[in-house]
Amino acid sequence: MSDAALLEAQGVGKRFGAVVAAADINIGVRAGERVSLIGSNGAGKTTFVNMITGYLKPDAGHIRFDGRDITALHPRTIVGLGVARSFQIPQLFGELSVLDNMLVASACQGTHMSYTKAARDAAAVARTEALLQRFALTEHRERRVSELPGGVRKLLDIAMALTVRPKLLLLDEPTSGVSAEEKFPMMDTIMAALGSQRDTTVLFVEHDMDIVERYAERVIAFYSGRIIADDVPAQALATDDVRRYVTGELLQE
Amino acid sequence: MTTPEAASGGRLPLEGATPADRQSLIRGARLGTLVLNGLGAFGLLAAVGFFAPRWLTYLITMSAGHGLVSLGIVCLMRGGVVPFGQGMVFAIGGYTAALLFNKLGFSDALGLALAGGVLATLIALPFAPLLARYRGIFFAMLTLALSMVTYGLGMKLDVLGGSDGFNVGRATVFGWRPPDAQVGYVLYLVTVGVATVLALLARVYFDSTRGLVTLATRDNELRVEYLGGSVRQAMMINFLIAALCGGIGGALVVLSLGHIEPQFSYWTTSGEFVFVAILAGWQSVAAVFVASMVLEVVRSFSSAYFPNTWQLALGLFLLFVIRFLPRGIGSLWIGRKR
Repeated sequence: MSDAALLEAQGVGKRFGAVVAAADINIGVRAGERVSLIGSNGAGKTTFVNMITGYLKPDAGHIRFDGRDITALHPRTIVGLGVARSFQIPQLFGELSVLDNMLVASACQGTHMSYTKAARDAAAVARTEALLQRFALTEHRERRVSELPGGVRKLLDIAMALTVRPKLLLLDEPTSGVSAEEKFPMMDTIMAALGSQRDTTVLFVEHDMDIVERYAERVIAFYSGRIIADDVPAQALATDDVRRYVTGELLQE
Repeated sequence: MTTPEAASGGRLPLEGATPADRQSLIRGARLGTLVLNGLGAFGLLAAVGFFAPRWLTYLITMSAGHGLVSLGIVCLMRGGVVPFGQGMVFAIGGYTAALLFNKLGFSDALGLALAGGVLATLIALPFAPLLARYRGIFFAMLTLALSMVTYGLGMKLDVLGGSDGFNVGRATVFGWRPPDAQVGYVLYLVTVGVATVLALLARVYFDSTRGLVTLATRDNELRVEYLGGSVRQAMMINFLIAALCGGIGGALVVLSLGHIEPQFSYWTTSGEFVFVAILAGWQSVAAVFVASMVLEVVRSFSSAYFPNTWQLALGLFLLFVIRFLPRGIGSLWIGRKR
């Protein structure tokens, strides 16, 4: 793991009217880290992800990625720099097959876009087949996406994000809407697909603390747009603020 | 349409080939199949036209010319937008061919068709970035507005012949002026030939990576952008391709019709092109020309046998198609795979 910060947020702030979605956020994420963003609904986790990916512009502060200020950049430009994301509600192409969804993801990278080169070109199919296999999606290859069960759609959403070979992968609640018994196998699949090389830094928003404890190396907890904890999982989850505002354990006591 | 493997008798020599050779063989076979299909279709239509009565070759010529405009609409439909103003590019193509013929004495049918397409594209170019920002009814109404401006200009400008329009003489082909008895068939061959070439190019484009991204755009623009694709660029390109097809179609129709008038840009004309595109669906290129032929046949026979009621017949037919073939008649042979 490199010591250099791949992602840096400096004094980032965002308001929606009277609601503070982010207030003076300062975060540095090193290349190769597996970081979980936790917090109750409305704490500012997804807003932070949306600001990194350019969907929302911060009202204050700067976000730097790989040494470059990405604060005012268009989402497409940010993707080109190596930032990819998946969505809480999978954003797929419902009318297309699983393979075609992957091929679209592959084609969207500038070098693969052509007016004459067939989308189902053997080389492009071979490239995507490998990724489909890593995500255990091969059996669904020719199925229309709108007919797929929720868990498979989640995996496809993440597989598509990985097609762009990102340096930073943002996963917005990768296990939401997935049954309890499917969550761990699903996260195992995702982590196995990412490989052990640590070429891809991962930030994932998560509500399930069992998932956080098992798969994160570092936890950043949000509350009312502020960071209330930033540590290794065991330490972060044990702080009073996290137990009060995120897990709710102190309220129960 | 046959597959590359089928075209080579199911025995592409892939065994032992390097991946690069394999790619090159498959691409070559695919291109060969496409060209063979095109040549076959053109040859068949040329033979049919040779023996067919004049009224039928005229109907097919009109269907091919009008079908090109609808092919452009299908390009846009695949990206999720429907223009209600393709009459604009149809009229621009027609007026370009007619003016070049009458004012400059340029009479080559292929040159005039190309000029019509190029000028329609050039005029559409400054509007493309604006239109690429709109979707749904706003896109449709903006294109309709542009076509009605063109209609207004056609009505008011003397150089465009005013409300009566003006006539166009007999076109030549590579310097040859066909005699009276053959002119209809020659223009039929030119129109069907150009339509075949553009249909093949459209198929290549629809099956390409850009074609697939256009389909994805219709489903989920947000995700296309988050994968690094440019939705606006895709929309602009499709709008310009539609303008090129529409302009060429307009020029070819004018050459066979021998007349141009502002009605080419009127909203009802644009509506007919949309009708054909919906009838065809967005999956099959051939279906566009079949649907265009259906419209011409219904229009001709209804006008002849049930005067002033052909719109009724057309409306009922469209209702039937939307109810039972919501993906258009192309879905009859393409299926539901895309």
